[in-house]
Amino acid sequence: MVMLEDTRTESGRMVLNMGPQHPSTHGVLRLMLELEGENVTQCIPDMGYLHTGIEKMSEARNYHQALVLTDRIDYLAPITNNLSYIMACEKLFDVGDKVPERAQVVRVILSELTRIASHLIWLGTHALDLGAMTVFMYCWREREQVLDIMENISGVRMMTSFMRIGGLVADVPDDFAGLVVDFVRVMPRKIDEYETLLSRNPIFIDRTRGVGVITRDGALEYGFSGSCLRASGVEFDVRVNLPYCGYETYDFDVAWSKEGDVYARYMVRMREMRESVRIIDQGTKRLLALKGAAIRLDDPRITFPKREKIHSSMESLIHHFKLVSEGPVPLPGEAYAAVESPRGEQATYIMSDGSNMPHRVRFRGPSFYNLQVLQHTISGGLIADVVACIGSIDIVLGEIDR
Amino acid sequence: MDGLFGLDVATWDIILAVITALIKAFVIVNGLLLAFAYMTLTERKVLGRMQARFGPNRVGPFGLLQPIADGIKLAFKEDVTPRQANFWVHMLAPMMALIPALIIFAVIPLGPEMRILGQPWTWYVAKINVGYLYATAIASVGVYGLVLAGWASNSKYALLGGLRASAQVISYELAQGLAAMTALVLAGSLNLYEIVNQQVSSGLPYALYLPFGLIAFVIYVIAGVAETNRSPFDMAEAEGELGAGFHTEYSGFKWSMFFMAEYVNMINISALATVLFLGGWWPIPTDAPGLIQGLGPIVFLIKIGAFMFMFIWLRATFPRLRFDRLMALGWKVLLPIALVNLLLTSAVVALWPLGVWPFAQ
Repeated sequence: MVMLEDTRTESGRMVLNMGPQHPSTHGVLRLMLELEGENVTQCIPDMGYLHTGIEKMSEARNYHQALVLTDRIDYLAPITNNLSYIMACEKLFDVGDKVPERAQVVRVILSELTRIASHLIWLGTHALDLGAMTVFMYCWREREQVLDIMENISGVRMMTSFMRIGGLVADVPDDFAGLVVDFVRVMPRKIDEYETLLSRNPIFIDRTRGVGVITRDGALEYGFSGSCLRASGVEFDVRVNLPYCGYETYDFDVAWSKEGDVYARYMVRMREMRESVRIIDQGTKRLLALKGAAIRLDDPRITFPKREKIHSSMESLIHHFKLVSEGPVPLPGEAYAAVESPRGEQATYIMSDGSNMPHRVRFRGPSFYNLQVLQHTISGGLIADVVACIGSIDIVLGEIDR
Repeated sequence: MDGLFGLDVATWDIILAVITALIKAFVIVNGLLLAFAYMTLTERKVLGRMQARFGPNRVGPFGLLQPIADGIKLAFKEDVTPRQANFWVHMLAPMMALIPALIIFAVIPLGPEMRILGQPWTWYVAKINVGYLYATAIASVGVYGLVLAGWASNSKYALLGGLRASAQVISYELAQGLAAMTALVLAGSLNLYEIVNQQVSSGLPYALYLPFGLIAFVIYVIAGVAETNRSPFDMAEAEGELGAGFHTEYSGFKWSMFFMAEYVNMINISALATVLFLGGWWPIPTDAPGLIQGLGPIVFLIKIGAFMFMFIWLRATFPRLRFDRLMALGWKVLLPIALVNLLLTSAVVALWPLGVWPFAQ
């Protein structure tokens, strides 16, 4: 690992270790900063403090079991992690296009709710890093509503693990649509509220305009994705360019901007929240139209038999036992599935050797790629710009270290 | 005529004056600390309400005993001095921050001179001819507490915080001083009691002397917020950037002394702004009958309270300024405006025909 020498005596520069325990490094990121007074002359990010070994653990579990690990990769957006893993599994079992429509609609609604919840955390902590503490509290208030919806469907507020290969674990409760409609109704007003506090606030603009600029070319070279890429002038969104779960049938705009600075990333995410609300609105209407439809594919390779059948038929009991103890077994092959997580292109690559456990699982965490540019945008800025930059690229260390 | 114990009346007067001053000082210091304690509660409550939550409401009715619980906790908390720190400076720095903050209030005239039961009574400890100079001089000493705390902790974050504090306070003291000079020029006195008296007798606080008084008032308040290291100018702490800034390595009672100093300084700045620009006990006339005169201090305290509310409101609303922008604001915006404002005010005061200008000497 590259280390910075403390050269205080000769050059008057000081090395400051920011993190891993620091309020603004969003978890356990460590930055080695070389300072000349208030100016940052060099910055080396150091990560790995939150390594959980999820990829390796997934290779020692069957395809159903590894699902609960994926919640913990990007712990602010568990649903989209679930979705990319499940979609990769569905490709592996070659059932990707047979998932029932109601399940697809619920997946879209949950993904967009997660996007809003995750963006709310980003906005709150980003604003808090810049010293605006009220926005933080407001964001938590609305995120609570999303978490209540998650609790309503699964009993768990964050790590829902609600997806299953071929659909969902269960149908959503009857009052789910009502809760979502309530949320859709209040959310645009709340976004207006945040914007009145920040968007035209001269101090906020001063802190963010022209800070941490990432050019279009730079963003492409570093493999950027998500809001950071779109804020740098590339109109790329997995939901539009590589549609999944029927996103191509929803009417929404891709928020993007040319500037590539912290303010542009802020604006892109704010508009994304509004677009998410639009998608959820359309999704709820479809969900109500599809009332009572199937939520899970009926494929004996992956789906459990019905409970009453297990009690009455020996074959079903054996079937259930095999699926639980051994798990579903795909043919040898490999699959890659990408979704647009709140942070960017979150993807899962699975390689199967024909056994009940994957030979190799790899998760593409968008934060990992987005983080790489940090050392170049920060150098030459001030200490205050460091926290603005970290906040604006919206990293989740669980996803970076995996 | 002989007084008691063989001492003459004049001697007794002096002894009485000393005792009165001591009692007043005792009351003021304890009042300030009590005000600090309940200021923290008010801040948490008001901030809570502004942020759609409740604030402390568990300890005592409406959370009213919360400051006492906090105080006990802080007093009994382990006091850690880092091994690499300079022990004596590390210990003295919080005192250097707190003591100046507490003694500034001696010159603040809370109310008009009056007679209670036939005896003369004053609402200040000392009436000094250079009252304003005393206040600024003492306030400048307080900065040493912050700087030395940052240096003595031997921590990089604390050092950066201390550097920021010194640069910021020095920069904003200039603009603040020049803004205050406007009021001093208008009053023609440095005596805080006289300054208030001028405003009350002319019937108009200096903040309403358009446009000079208002400009000076606004600059004074902005610089005052910066002087007290409060959000959005809380560079020296900047918890998002520097951990806790200059008091990163402080804990327990030493930390709470910095905490007290910050809040008492806020009260001081509010009191000085009230004296210089809001006319102290205005609109209560200085020579009103006794009971109405007694309302003077209440009016004064209400004005201080309004300032304190503004401090909280600012904290709830604004993000923190960036350090270079803060310096630019101080040197390139506030200082020139304050300077021009002072020049124009002086010119008007000097050139206006005597008698027409109500506040010229």
